Amino acid sequence: MILVFCELKDGQIRKPSAEALSEGRRLADASGKKVGALFAGASCAGAAEAAKFGADVILTAEGATLASYSSDAFAQLLADAVKAKGATVLLAAATAVGKDVLPRAAARLGAGYASDVTGLSMADGKLQAVRPVYAGKAFATTTFSSAVQTATTRPNVFPAAEKAGAGAVETLAAPAGDFKSVVKEILAKAGGKVDLSEANVIVSGGRGMKDGANFKILEELADALGGVVGASRAAVDAGWGLPHSMQVGQTGKVVSPTLYIACGISGAIQHIAGMSGSKFIVAINKDPEAPIFKLANYGIVGDLFEVVPELTKAAKAMGIGQN
Amino acid sequence: MKILVALKQVPDTETKIKVAADGKSLDPADVKWITSPYDEYALEEAIRLKEGKGAEVVALSVGGDTAKDVLKNALALGADSAVLLKGDGQGDAFAVAQMIAAYAKDKGFDLILCGNKGLGGDNAAMGPMLAELLGIAQANVIVKLELGEGTFKAEREIEGGSEIVEGALPAVITAQKGLNEPRYASLKGIMAAKKKTIEELDAAAVTAGAQVSALALPPERPAGRLLQGDAAQQAQALLQALKDEAKVF
Repeated sequence: MILVFCELKDGQIRKPSAEALSEGRRLADASGKKVGALFAGASCAGAAEAAKFGADVILTAEGATLASYSSDAFAQLLADAVKAKGATVLLAAATAVGKDVLPRAAARLGAGYASDVTGLSMADGKLQAVRPVYAGKAFATTTFSSAVQTATTRPNVFPAAEKAGAGAVETLAAPAGDFKSVVKEILAKAGGKVDLSEANVIVSGGRGMKDGANFKILEELADALGGVVGASRAAVDAGWGLPHSMQVGQTGKVVSPTLYIACGISGAIQHIAGMSGSKFIVAINKDPEAPIFKLANYGIVGDLFEVVPELTKAAKAMGIGQN
Repeated sequence: MKILVALKQVPDTETKIKVAADGKSLDPADVKWITSPYDEYALEEAIRLKEGKGAEVVALSVGGDTAKDVLKNALALGADSAVLLKGDGQGDAFAVAQMIAAYAKDKGFDLILCGNKGLGGDNAAMGPMLAELLGIAQANVIVKLELGEGTFKAEREIEGGSEIVEGALPAVITAQKGLNEPRYASLKGIMAAKKKTIEELDAAAVTAGAQVSALALPPERPAGRLLQGDAAQQAQALLQALKDEAKVF
């Protein structure tokens, strides 16, 4: 069995989890295996949706002890489920929780782990993963020598394709309490906007923005395109009051949107490390020699303070982002 | 209080990546080696705890002779002692976690600090694996850390915000940018470090769970197109191209 740990948000499967589950289904089809989707929490209402993404079996662990995330409790739950089901592959999305729990569960299982992968394949029951390394300047193919093979999938890379599965529900016992660590409180949840790592469209600003207040024009363009705003390290470190959570790059977020619009960003290697996986890259910069143009599918050499408002105006006129 | 800081030597960000003749590893020629920046936050936090509450700080690295540079730097910055677990440094995160766990298990560390990921490899796996192997708590991608009596409270970055994790010591805490601002070594520190020795131990024999079987450079991106005209024309042309050619909208 290929077991996929899935996260719920507001009673729905989170998109990165649906992507991981969908990829699990494709691997299972290629290797004649079954797919299990595993959920854990105070309530697993909404887990049935996993059948839409190809789950043959839906495993749910519900209980008060699982109301808040605990690294050791969830790792134990995942490892126990792998053993109980005789699963040979354990997947999750490379989200904050996925990246926290999978390596711990892998160590518990004595299993190899490939993190934040952008490609997976399976031959003769052996998983093979491809992942970017060295700031996206190379791709490493990872193979496993352990009986159980584990990986997290990078959000926005694998398509979440609907494919009906049997979706037989089985319940798992929630672990008793007394965990080594537990989440007590969630702070500063951004109001309704999707996170950079899951966004389809990102409008990012760099040193060329000159001031934090000028990011307002990027917000307006992002709103018109249905996207969110990011920033380069130069902008975040410039003392303009931009939070680190906005930072795209090697020491910030690694993103892979469909469209990435870099405004006043020169394209330092540290920034490229965070966004080179974008499907389409647009560069707007007044310096025609800026390295970002080497990466861009479309480039505009010009003053971003003129071009960005024109883009917003044109996007509204064309009705983009309205659907 | 006894703190272990695990430090990894990695290629500098600006390194031009060349694949070695074996087709699966980095060609080490011309590589400038540095301490992984996330590990610098971990070390700085350990030194601040030592200055604030008093602690013994042990710096550790896994690797060959070149990794001694990382440890010398840690000693200059304020680590009390340094240990090199000698290995080829080629193992996966699971192998390294097992080596460090074998070293640390009987040493009575209250806190183990390391970066949330090693720059370049970006596995973000060694810390949580080490915590599991030692059977202790973990908190990853930490931007704020407070210690109580046998407990910790840490703020960790998550999608769209952060969360507070509380747990019992001993624990593995992995550092993120924002935790602190690492200092530079002082001349006094560098001189004092010269008098300290690095303890060299053979790393425990372990079995890796995964290996890199091929390393390849990414395909070249197709040449881009510059959009002409004034700002309004450029904007119009861009959106039209994104709609018709790229089919983004």
